[in-house]
Amino acid sequence: MFVGIFILLGAFLSLVAAFGLIRLPDVYTRNHAASKSATLGVMLTLLGTLIYFYFIENHFNSRLLLGIAFIFMTSPVAGHLISRAAYNSGVKLWGKSVVDDLGRDRKKMNHRQS
Amino acid sequence: MAFQILLNFFLAFVWMFLKSSYTPASFFVGYFFGLLIIYVFRRFFDSRFYLVRVNAVAVLFLLFIKELFLANWSVLKLVLRPKLNIKPGIFALPTELKKDWEITVLANLITLTPGTLVVDVSFDNKTLYIHAMDIEDINEAVDSIKNSFEKAIMEVSR
Repeated sequence: MFVGIFILLGAFLSLVAAFGLIRLPDVYTRNHAASKSATLGVMLTLLGTLIYFYFIENHFNSRLLLGIAFIFMTSPVAGHLISRAAYNSGVKLWGKSVVDDLGRDRKKMNHRQS
Repeated sequence: MAFQILLNFFLAFVWMFLKSSYTPASFFVGYFFGLLIIYVFRRFFDSRFYLVRVNAVAVLFLLFIKELFLANWSVLKLVLRPKLNIKPGIFALPTELKKDWEITVLANLITLTPGTLVVDVSFDNKTLYIHAMDIEDINEAVDSIKNSFEKAIMEVSR
C-alpha cells in the first residue's frame, strides 16, 4: 500500500521535473525544477523500494538508505554549481526577469578594479 | 560538544567494567547514567549540554524535509499551470553566518526551499546571490524564512 504510494509519487514528481525542463524558459528556472522535483522523486522511489524489501522480503537494505542520504546532500550542490557555471559563462537570464543584483555587484567590483 | 560525547562513552565503558558484563545492554545503561552525570556537572563545561545541540540538529533536519516537500509542491503547481506568469530574478541576501559549513548548510536549505536557488556566494562570505522564481510576492516572505533558517543554524553552532 505505502510502497505503491511512494513509488507512484516519486515517478510522478520525476515526470513533473521533466515537464518543467521542457516548459520553463531559461537555465535558472529549469534548474529549479530539476534540482527540487527530481531530488524528491528519486528519494521517494528509493524509500518505496526500501520499504518493499523490508516488509515483504524481510531484508533490510542499508545501501538504499545511504543512497537517499547521498542524493539529499549532493543534488542541491549540483544545482547550485550548474547555475553558477551558467552565470559565470555569461548565460543570459530570461527576458522577463526583473532584477539582477549579482550582475550589478559584479559590475561595481570591476569598476573599482579598473 | 565532541568532548562531552567522548566523556559519555568513557563513562559507559567504566560502567561496563564496574559491572564486568560486556553486553550492548549494559553499555546503554552506562551511557544513560553517564548522561545524567554530565547533565548534573554541566556548569563545568564551557559549551552547552550536548543534548541541546543534538536536538537543534534534529530540528534543522526536520526543517530540511518540510521545506523539500513545500518546494516540490510549489514547483508542481508552477509547472502544471497552463499559463506561465512568473517573474524570475536574482537578488542579494546579506548573511550573518561566518563559518564555511554554516554557509554551505544555509545555501543547501535555500536551494531546497520553494522558489529559490543559490547562484553565487560572494568572496567575503557576506552575501548570497539567490535566483528566485517569482520575485514579487516572494521577496519579503523569503526574507522571513531566511531569518528562521539562519536562527536554526545558529542554534546549532552557538
